Amino acid sequence: MSTAKAHLEVLPGSVKLVLGLGLIALAAFPLIGTDFYTQMVTRMMILSIFAMSLDLLQGVTGLVSLGHAAYFGLAGYALAFLTPQSEAVSLWWTLPAAVLASGLAALVIGFFVVRTHGIYFIMVTMAFAQMVFFLFFDNKALGGSDGLYINFKPTASVMGVTLFDLDNKVTMYYATLAAMLIVYVFLRRLLWSPFGRALAGIRVNEHRMRAMGFGTFGYKLSAFTLAGALAGLAGYLWGVQSGYINPELMGFHMSAHAIMMVILGGMGNFAGAIVGAFTFEYVLHVFKDLPQVGSVNLGKHWQLWMGLFIVLVVVFASRGVLGLIAQVKAGGKTHD
Amino acid sequence: MDFPTFLIQLLNSVQYGLLLFMLAAGLTLIFGIMGVVNLAHGSFYMLGAYLAYWLSGYFGSLTLALLGGVVLAVLFGLALEWLLFRHFYQRDHLDQVLLTFGLIYIFEELRSMLWGDDVHGVPIPELLSASIPLTDNLSYPVYRLFMSGVCIALAVGLYLLISRTRLGMKIRAGAFNRDMAEALGINIKRIHAVVFALGVGLAAVAGIVAAPISSVYPNMGSQVLIMCFVVVVIGGIGSVRGALISALLVGLVDTFGKVLLPSMAGMLVYMLMAAVLLWKPEGLFKQ
Repeated sequence: MSTAKAHLEVLPGSVKLVLGLGLIALAAFPLIGTDFYTQMVTRMMILSIFAMSLDLLQGVTGLVSLGHAAYFGLAGYALAFLTPQSEAVSLWWTLPAAVLASGLAALVIGFFVVRTHGIYFIMVTMAFAQMVFFLFFDNKALGGSDGLYINFKPTASVMGVTLFDLDNKVTMYYATLAAMLIVYVFLRRLLWSPFGRALAGIRVNEHRMRAMGFGTFGYKLSAFTLAGALAGLAGYLWGVQSGYINPELMGFHMSAHAIMMVILGGMGNFAGAIVGAFTFEYVLHVFKDLPQVGSVNLGKHWQLWMGLFIVLVVVFASRGVLGLIAQVKAGGKTHD
Repeated sequence: MDFPTFLIQLLNSVQYGLLLFMLAAGLTLIFGIMGVVNLAHGSFYMLGAYLAYWLSGYFGSLTLALLGGVVLAVLFGLALEWLLFRHFYQRDHLDQVLLTFGLIYIFEELRSMLWGDDVHGVPIPELLSASIPLTDNLSYPVYRLFMSGVCIALAVGLYLLISRTRLGMKIRAGAFNRDMAEALGINIKRIHAVVFALGVGLAAVAGIVAAPISSVYPNMGSQVLIMCFVVVVIGGIGSVRGALISALLVGLVDTFGKVLLPSMAGMLVYMLMAAVLLWKPEGLFKQ
């Protein structure tokens, strides 16, 4: 299987340099960017966290989940339920509560899904996510098809002193950037820990791991739960930023977008997921913003361009940007 | 629940189950033989429904629309197989998921460009528009019985094709051991094309016969696709027999769930799937 081999866990120096420059650019961006673009990049960073959480399953463990958006959306809903109509709540307990809600859902669903393999895993994760989707979509009490508004952003204060104000777009930007960096460093360390090595072993050959005495069920369930919780972190931030949450965020289009983000950059190293999330959101923005040509509004048909884009990427560069770099380095030998 | 109501619900659930079977059979065959997970399978159902709307308006007859629609859908399926799918049989499931997801976007947008985003109705043919009275105020539409009849006929045809014909023997050989079948002189590429076209054809027939009662609307493919996934997971991938039994089971649970436990109806089918997964992680009829 090509997921087993085409991996780039150790990033080449040149890629690290580009990532470092990218980080500097991100840190400086709000100083030059307009409000619109600052918010757009904030959204990209939130989706980067979401994509990294999926990469833990897809790239590291070799589990392709087509239902990851469910855990993203659940945390957003948790924030919406915890925020009263007329006042703000504290970040310090709503954030852990929302992440916990997503993690718990992933633990329960994971208990059923990680005992399946390959194609079953894909179909079952999708089906369970759809169950969560319909739970919210069909119940008026849970917001129904319209979703819910989050009228007040959570407050971050210690003993009555406000540390930072998430209502401020630039503050929100830096809070998200910090969250993204923390998640990245955490996952990179996890990747090289004994736990991370065991997950990579499961991707390469689960039977061999079992023969060596690893309880792969427990490892896979832990990875699934952790990935769900981190997706919850992203979903919480999404809820804070947009102030609005709806079932579409848990739909299978959102899950498939996340898979695409992880693929676009290159999987299994988390940096690729960030690059992929930025690229995907930018491409989506460009397609939706295409001009009117003659009597045809090109932007209105963004689904067509996005579909063609996805098909072309899968046909010609199915291991993303980093996959292409690796291919060039190997003189095209790794082409399958 | 009195007997006539029960009978109506039973007939409805069988009809829904058989319709799901038409789709799930193609999905499970395509996976079992070519190893492809096809998210765009629901799009073929949608294609069938829109062809029914378009052709029945053009010809003024659902029978002609059925014949014309199946031919067009099968040709479309063959072209798609030749252009894209055959290159993905040996690839990772991940690539197949993304390819077919991209196709969903393309098909949805083309559908929107060709036929717009409105909900369309398709008239029930005059001959089948009657209802059979059961009590003073309950009756059962003949068209639904016709639908079930079409599905049963096709299911029997599919069974005979796979178990009793030379082509069926080759299909089974290809599913069992691809290399060995090829070594024995079977043109496996042609078998793949035939199976793919068969799957598309079945899905399109389902869409065409369902169009008059379900009406024709955007994203109708995605909803049915997920139900088909549940059917295939419960039945066991690659098993047509499993797909039939599981489709009928899902039809029963879904239809009676909506009557008996309306607040839980959306979830019941998934709970059934969860229970089956605990008991038999590879489905009831894994081969």
